[in-house]
Amino acid sequence: MTLGLGEYLALASILFGIGAIGFLVRRNVLIQLMSIELMLNAVNVVLVAVNRFHPDNHAGQLFAFFVIAVAAAEVATGLAIVIALFRLKKSVDTDQAASLKH
Amino acid sequence: MSSSTLLFCVCAFVALAGAVGTVASRRPLRAAMALLAHIVALAGLYLTLHAQLLAAIQLLVYAGAIVVLFVFVIMLIGPASETSGSGRAGMVRMSSLVLMGMVTATIAFAIVDTDPVAPALPAAFGDVEGVGRALYTQGLVPFEIISITLLVAIIGAVAVARGKTAAEKTIEAKEKARADVEARLTEGVVPAPAE
Repeated sequence: MTLGLGEYLALASILFGIGAIGFLVRRNVLIQLMSIELMLNAVNVVLVAVNRFHPDNHAGQLFAFFVIAVAAAEVATGLAIVIALFRLKKSVDTDQAASLKH
Repeated sequence: MSSSTLLFCVCAFVALAGAVGTVASRRPLRAAMALLAHIVALAGLYLTLHAQLLAAIQLLVYAGAIVVLFVFVIMLIGPASETSGSGRAGMVRMSSLVLMGMVTATIAFAIVDTDPVAPALPAAFGDVEGVGRALYTQGLVPFEIISITLLVAIIGAVAVARGKTAAEKTIEAKEKARADVEARLTEGVVPAPAE
């Protein structure tokens, strides 16, 4: 058995699906942020794998590098918002964050 | 089975198990630990794809910074970080099922479209020299923009998470007290409506 591009793409799409379902089904903001990280990581796997099978330049790896940097910024601001939400509502349940609803 | 195939199988299994553990575990701290296992496994996958520098960056940034930040916030929030159950509505469950169907379709296309022959690698593919050269020639402008993005994110995170300082709280309390006094004075001055 030799490793092809298909195995990596299949693995990445399963990981993306797990992350997306976690984001939709869970009601805990922290778990939802972690699910976003799972999805970003799955996309990174696709970028690096495609770059391996077209190794003329480093475009895929560069893109994955920038995705990692943006993910770090996203997590920092996201967790700050979680702390502010917790201070306001004393909870990290997204069902509690309904102040704009009424 | 070659060693790289073996590494792929082990890392893929750990990555899948970590992802499921992240999504399914009740306690956020356990989810963070599962996320750590997932991230380390992905670094192993990057090694099988000859992306050594990216594997190191993945470990440094994700395992070293992001997971630690998650753990800090979970510790800061304390027992309230564990919400009771997942109140899943039927709409949400339906949409996740539809999504899963789309993902399976993607998998099918991916396996049909397999390209098994990995081309030979040029010199310095994926190591510090190759990626660094690409980063500072092709990707120089995005590289500079990402530094500004990170700076803005730092300032934004501090501004949002800081809350009110003690000085601001005293100023607010003083203003509230003065407003109370003024309200009481006007109540006293204004005559009661005639009945």
